[in-house]
Amino acid sequence: MINMFAYNIPFASIFIMMVAAIVTPLLPKRSRIPEKLSCYAIALVAVLSAYLLYALTYPGQSLSFNFPMGHFPAPWGNELRAGPLEAVLSLVFCVAMLLSLTGNFSSTAEDIAPGRRQIFCVLVNLLTASLLALTYTNDLFTAYVFIEINTIAACAIVAVKEGAETARAALRYLVMSLVGSGLVMIAICLLYDLTGHLLMQNMHGAILVLVTTKSYMIPLTVSLALITAGLAIKSALYPFASWLPDAHGTSTNASSAILSGLVLKGHIFTIIKIFYRVFGLDVIHMLRMDTAIFILGLVAMIMGSVHALRQNNVKRMIAWSSVAQVGYIFLGVGLNTTAGIAAACLHIIVHACVKPMLFTAAGGLSNAAGHKKGLHALMGTFYVNTWAGLGLIAGACSMMGIPGFAGFASKLSLTLASFDSSVVVWALAALATSSVLNALYYVPAVIVIMTHHKDAHKNFTAPKPTKLYKFSMFIFLTLNFYLGLFCVPLLRLITRGVNVL
Amino acid sequence: MNEELKNIWRAFFNWVMGNGPRPENEVIPPEPPPDLPFTQKPHDKYTRFHEATLKERYNQWLEIHGLHIFAILYTGLSVLTCIVIVSLLLATVAELPPFGHERNPANNEVIRRYVEHGGHETGAQNIVAGLILDYRAFDTFGESAVLFTAAVSVLMLLGASRRNKTDTHSLPSSNAMDAYSIHAPPMRHHTFRKDDVILRAVASLSIPVILMMGCVVVINGHLSPGGGFSGGAILSTALILCANAYGFERVHEFFNERTFIVSSSTALMIYALSKGYSFFTGANHIHSVIPKGTIGNILSGGLILPLNICVGLIVAGTLYGFYALFSEGDM
Amino acid sequence: MLEKLLLNHYEAAAVILSGIGLTNLLLQRNLIKKIIGLNIMDTAVYLFLAAKGYVEGRAAPILIENGSGGWLTSSALYVNPVPAGLVLTGIVVSVSVTAFALALTLKLYESYGTLNIDEALLKMTEEQEQLEAVIEEADEEVLS
Repeated sequence: MINMFAYNIPFASIFIMMVAAIVTPLLPKRSRIPEKLSCYAIALVAVLSAYLLYALTYPGQSLSFNFPMGHFPAPWGNELRAGPLEAVLSLVFCVAMLLSLTGNFSSTAEDIAPGRRQIFCVLVNLLTASLLALTYTNDLFTAYVFIEINTIAACAIVAVKEGAETARAALRYLVMSLVGSGLVMIAICLLYDLTGHLLMQNMHGAILVLVTTKSYMIPLTVSLALITAGLAIKSALYPFASWLPDAHGTSTNASSAILSGLVLKGHIFTIIKIFYRVFGLDVIHMLRMDTAIFILGLVAMIMGSVHALRQNNVKRMIAWSSVAQVGYIFLGVGLNTTAGIAAACLHIIVHACVKPMLFTAAGGLSNAAGHKKGLHALMGTFYVNTWAGLGLIAGACSMMGIPGFAGFASKLSLTLASFDSSVVVWALAALATSSVLNALYYVPAVIVIMTHHKDAHKNFTAPKPTKLYKFSMFIFLTLNFYLGLFCVPLLRLITRGVNVL
Repeated sequence: MNEELKNIWRAFFNWVMGNGPRPENEVIPPEPPPDLPFTQKPHDKYTRFHEATLKERYNQWLEIHGLHIFAILYTGLSVLTCIVIVSLLLATVAELPPFGHERNPANNEVIRRYVEHGGHETGAQNIVAGLILDYRAFDTFGESAVLFTAAVSVLMLLGASRRNKTDTHSLPSSNAMDAYSIHAPPMRHHTFRKDDVILRAVASLSIPVILMMGCVVVINGHLSPGGGFSGGAILSTALILCANAYGFERVHEFFNERTFIVSSSTALMIYALSKGYSFFTGANHIHSVIPKGTIGNILSGGLILPLNICVGLIVAGTLYGFYALFSEGDM
Repeated sequence: MLEKLLLNHYEAAAVILSGIGLTNLLLQRNLIKKIIGLNIMDTAVYLFLAAKGYVEGRAAPILIENGSGGWLTSSALYVNPVPAGLVLTGIVVSVSVTAFALALTLKLYESYGTLNIDEALLKMTEEQEQLEAVIEEADEEVLS
């Protein structure tokens, strides 16, 4: 049995973020209090999650527990569930969210009108709350409700920066997301009709009965396909990813970092939960959904990078690279083994740490070049903002999979996981091709920022990076190296988490 | 060999300096030797000219027909997608458990407990109210949060920006993008007629009735159909009617942006705190001090009545807020 | 199959309705009409859920008095209350996202003066080209 304090942490973390979001509009406008409140609340939740992780992995403790939301036990009331995987994911989400906010503090202040900054904080708090709820929830309908909060808040933090371009990007993102959540809703209704439950483990039991008796197979397949397609649209799996570069490329840097690093991951983790906890890997394999996901992941890995090659705007390039990285995660999910899903979760964590760093670095560099985002305009900016330059270099190395950097760890574990499956050749070929393609657009970017330019210093009148920026970048870099060098205990932890999922 | 390497390096360097294509699709043009006979140049020029016209022609063709072809392709694909999805879903529906049958999988032990024990476990006569505000209260809390998120986002998009519009445009804009949104069409403002006697007379009669109706639906949410969401929607229509009959200024006097934010946030906060208490006590098996009351009484159902009032306040404010923001751009 | 469809005719209607909504969403170029398509899709889901909650010959899930001061609590008397709760959530979500989508549309209209997304896209690319030209000019001035 777990101690009482740790037992209440999943509920407390969601509750703290919700209360922070609700209180923020009451705070004085045009002050820094809302931003500070958000940061402190997220930091508090991060500390709590770390403690939960410690408590769950403490020898002699049970590895996972359910938390009923109210006085009614499992099939009647809502429920939360926590295990090592949920704890580590919420810790990473909170840390990445906090660093995305602190790292882009000054660019947020420049991009967002003072009257809107308070609302930006409300939205960030709601987004964190919904991510935590998606991580911890054990109920499919609760997941749907929080997916909707996530959708509105995510589109709103794109539109928070003034301008017609962001409004258009946000609208496009919203329409695609709504199609996705519509499909998810239909699928949940179908599943409810077939099983009579909304809670994940009860649904799982009912589905196993259906499968063994071979009844309702068509509705079951269709609902699985619909829920996967809906969540795939929201997590920007390749053929449905056309909205991503607009939304991530035009918004303010903090929003881009949050959207790319975290919002996509919340939906992917929901897919993993549905595969693992609602259907079960055997049923997924029987309904052939693993093959579909695997192929889509493969295509996304290649096509995301191909699109990124054609970009001239550094933020859009990084955004398209997210599409490729989402492909890696889906490749891991599509392997349909515990090792594959553990590797996918590791890649979720790695990408949640690296992508916000890349966006923060790109923001710092384009700020140094006088708010220009074209790749050529960034020439020589490394020497103006060295921390941002280091961040971009480390992020690029990580994306290419250079040993010692975070991306290497997850690529290695994906490779190792694919050896157990029958599709190993395809997986290895795609991993190799995608890594080369990654190098083809990240290496030139690194060379550009490090090339001396005779007019550079005369032209760049940008202020020096703030202490907060340097500090956030330092933490990002540390995380990057930590994940790259000491990933084995983390991977073991994730595997344990996946096993009890 | 050395020359070739140098060429590649130069091309790459040029690209880095921003005056060349990317290295992966770079074709290094062979440099013409300086002692080339003059007579060969026209031929060379001719082929280049020819290539250019082909490319140009392709571009022109693409400009004229590209959008058209894309539109046809897009329409065809969309229709195909829709047909496939609908036929798949029809096949699914045909296989689903039969309509209205009592032995369907959804009518299981969960429903039995909701109906048979819902009354004394939640204290609500309306089982749906007990379901959404007690058994599955976390979902409903999330739902109110969705409404709150949308209200805050719409307020951000329409409220603050348009009020600032006049002063941002008179100032020289720092961001070049602002300069381009000047040619925006003027907002259509609500023309308010002060002499609309019929509207005012009807409004003065019906507003109290609507308000009363809304309050009844909210307060009786645990006893009869209705509750915070439907009652709040009714209340908001009274506000909207008032705004239309007497002008937004009259509503402003008692309900403006600040009161909206304060009332919504406070109501949601009360909801969060009271439900948080109930979640906490439930999960930790602590006895909750909230009395359930007798079924059928107005003061019954534990937290359901106060929660319905909170939700009603949020919904009424938000729906009126949407109306005011969309028609006036202000609250 | 047709027989079964007739048996589940409410659900079949809901599915066709959602198909209409989806087609609207994909084919309309006007943003308001697109949003209406989304709303039709949502409405189809409510119809589907309402049909799923119905059980033949049973009453709405509000407890009925049994005449001697008690309540009739037999589960054979009332329809399934869960879909009602789900529909309520669906409606609130739909209202919220519709309002947000319309607000974004209004912003877009204020900037481009059109509701057609193709025209908006064309205007946007034009503006971007102009903007780039302006920036280049400014750069040249600074450099010279």
